[in-house]
Amino acid sequence: MKLTIERSTLLKALAHVQSVVERRNTIPILANVLLDASDGTLTLTATDMDLAITEKVDADVSQAGASTAPAHTFYDIVRKLPDGAQVEVETDAAASQLLLRAGRSRFSLSTLPIEDFPVLSGGDLPVAFSLTADELRAVIDRTRFAISTEETRYYLNGIYLHAVEADGEHFLRAVATDGHRLARVETALPAGAEGMPGVIAPRKAIAEVRKLIDETTNPVEVALSDTRMRLEFDGIVLTSKLIDGTFPDYERVIPTDNDKVLVVDSGVFAAAVDRVSTISSEKSRSIKLAVNPGSLTLSATSTENGSATEELEVGYSDSGLEIGFNSKYLLDITSQIEGDEAQFILADPASPTIVRDTADDRALYVLMPMRV
Amino acid sequence: MRSQNNHDVTPGLCRDCTAPVLSPADRCGDCGSPRLVFHREINDLAIAHIDCDAFYAGVEKRDDPSLRDRAVIVGGGQRGVVSAACYIARIKGVHSAMPMFKALKLCPEAVVIRPDMKKYSEVGRQIRTLMQAVTSLVEPLSIDEAFLDLSGTERLHNASPAASLNKLLQRIEAECGVTASVGLSYNKSLAKLASDLDKPRGFAILGRGDAQTFLADLPVNRIWGVGKALHRKLRADGISTIAQLRTRDESALVSRYGSIGHRLYNFSRGEDMRRVNPTSTPKNVSTESTFHQDIADLEELKHRLWPLCERLSDRLKAKELAGQTLVLKLKSSKFRITTRSQGLAWPTQLAETIYQFAIPLLENAVGDAPAGSSFRLIGIGVASLGPGEEADPPDLADPDAGHRKRVENVIDDVRDRLGHDAIARGRGMRRKENPGRGR
Repeated sequence: MKLTIERSTLLKALAHVQSVVERRNTIPILANVLLDASDGTLTLTATDMDLAITEKVDADVSQAGASTAPAHTFYDIVRKLPDGAQVEVETDAAASQLLLRAGRSRFSLSTLPIEDFPVLSGGDLPVAFSLTADELRAVIDRTRFAISTEETRYYLNGIYLHAVEADGEHFLRAVATDGHRLARVETALPAGAEGMPGVIAPRKAIAEVRKLIDETTNPVEVALSDTRMRLEFDGIVLTSKLIDGTFPDYERVIPTDNDKVLVVDSGVFAAAVDRVSTISSEKSRSIKLAVNPGSLTLSATSTENGSATEELEVGYSDSGLEIGFNSKYLLDITSQIEGDEAQFILADPASPTIVRDTADDRALYVLMPMRV
Repeated sequence: MRSQNNHDVTPGLCRDCTAPVLSPADRCGDCGSPRLVFHREINDLAIAHIDCDAFYAGVEKRDDPSLRDRAVIVGGGQRGVVSAACYIARIKGVHSAMPMFKALKLCPEAVVIRPDMKKYSEVGRQIRTLMQAVTSLVEPLSIDEAFLDLSGTERLHNASPAASLNKLLQRIEAECGVTASVGLSYNKSLAKLASDLDKPRGFAILGRGDAQTFLADLPVNRIWGVGKALHRKLRADGISTIAQLRTRDESALVSRYGSIGHRLYNFSRGEDMRRVNPTSTPKNVSTESTFHQDIADLEELKHRLWPLCERLSDRLKAKELAGQTLVLKLKSSKFRITTRSQGLAWPTQLAETIYQFAIPLLENAVGDAPAGSSFRLIGIGVASLGPGEEADPPDLADPDAGHRKRVENVIDDVRDRLGHDAIARGRGMRRKENPGRGR
């Protein structure tokens, strides 16, 4: 294998794929990136066996071939090369070393056999549809904060994606919960997604997808089976295993008879919660909301720090209520509300509360209160 | 420690009639008893640790006078461990936590009695009531052991703390039929060390004047919080006595051993700022069971785990506590102890939840054990304890959680009214066809 490639092109592709590689690896080959050069294209692949990212970039290939090299080291080298450099990449005769040359710099990296590199095959992916990058970003941003990290309930460690029908309309719905809060977001069901299986996309894959689509404006092609998903855009292919588990029947925990509606200016509310919660103890982060007609008093006390209160004008006309929440959870939700107003639909201090964006009925959040 | 001083008189008291005495004296001037205790600071110290002498065995001897002069071991069966050994058995080398077979080898003539926890906790409560009549600052450490702070009780009882404690020991003997020992000092750690010095029926005093000398030669593992691992590390670092500990800087100890370094530093100088806290909650609650025969079969282990989860849950509910860390313990037939722990999303006190999360821990621990391992003991416990009212909040990820909690509450209700065996889950039923038992 021998090729020449522009440093910034190589750097960008390496940045994308190397982030899949875990810092600590018990299987040496998983620390490597697979390089495959042919017909003016360099294909880079990295995997952790559950997730693989492949990216194709243009390169001046003078001799086709393939090799693997330590991903983080390769990335660090390219990162430190001067901007605008042309990087020559070549394998030695025995294919045991990968030689890098740029300007007066020379590097030699030890390689591992390409045959050892595991292929995460997509297999047969019967469902295929397309989402705009905006739609996908919105779906991920509004749900990922609620993904659980609890290992015992591994089926909560991702976003549950499934098709639903409501009032004759079809939606693609995304749900995540850690038991304390739940986020449910929907978008119009794209063509081809009818009859898609309900799947749980794992947290790491979600995080990688979100990073990769940050700048793109092109549509993202999604393909699915019961066990795998593949996302494709801008020459990048991300393949991931799905979480093999059953997502809880979340509809049953979304309250239907909450009737006390509190309307707040979401920006003002979030800033006030942020200020008052400075006092909350690091551990509980609890904050109390005392709701009365026309006004809301936020307060926090901690034995170590002292106390804080702030009063806000709000829309509320029901009987008074005091309820506590984790301030971080409140901020996670309010930061996803793009409209001016957030709506809290309350029942009592011990029951789940619904939070909505008044201007956007596609997202719904449920939040468990805490004792204060 | 008893301290004698030849140059001037040392105050003391008579253990039998609590009359004040002055050294030098061999017998009490009032009642003629030779049981005297002297200490320069006897009237200045107010922190005490009271510990009953071979408590379970003592209760059994009280209830069956024919056992009085025989070696008595309280513990669980041939396979269990010694819960308590009377002083006659102790002379033979039997001590608590020793495997029963070993104890019986040392002392084959011993009478072995199965523990009757209900009876012991009844006596324990009685003793605690007596303690609370002396001071409101009673911090129970276990069923038969507590710290007492008698500061400021002189006016109330018109007696020094030492005299009040002596009367308390006498009341415990007279009213509960068991003996206890007291350690009197100026802080908790020293009081606890002292109570061990003069057992049984002891009264030992460590004052500011003699604590330093006393501590110097003690091994470091007598410091509260120094367990096996830390002890090994300290010894490897050339620290085996408390005097050697004193040569190290506080910052050096903290950087080497973590936050316990502060305690090592202070305690080696006889300093302990902990207060006697009557409301202090335990750090963990656990229960375990030793099998009659080793068990290798995972299904059978699961079957044995369930009643323990129920027992643990009962204790948590009774104490109004909830735990957020689950700890599973297994002891192999080769006495290798394996523990597995798991943090929970929130505190629980439900048997069902404890079981549900303990099962993967058990599968994991058994899976990691060498092939062909069998086990002699299984235990389950919780740590990270918090108040029971915060237990098992509604769970957005588990729509059936509320239902399960209600079912368990109903079972508890039925058991409260009709007895423990009135209702049980199918899981607790004996499986006759099980092939794994008794292998």
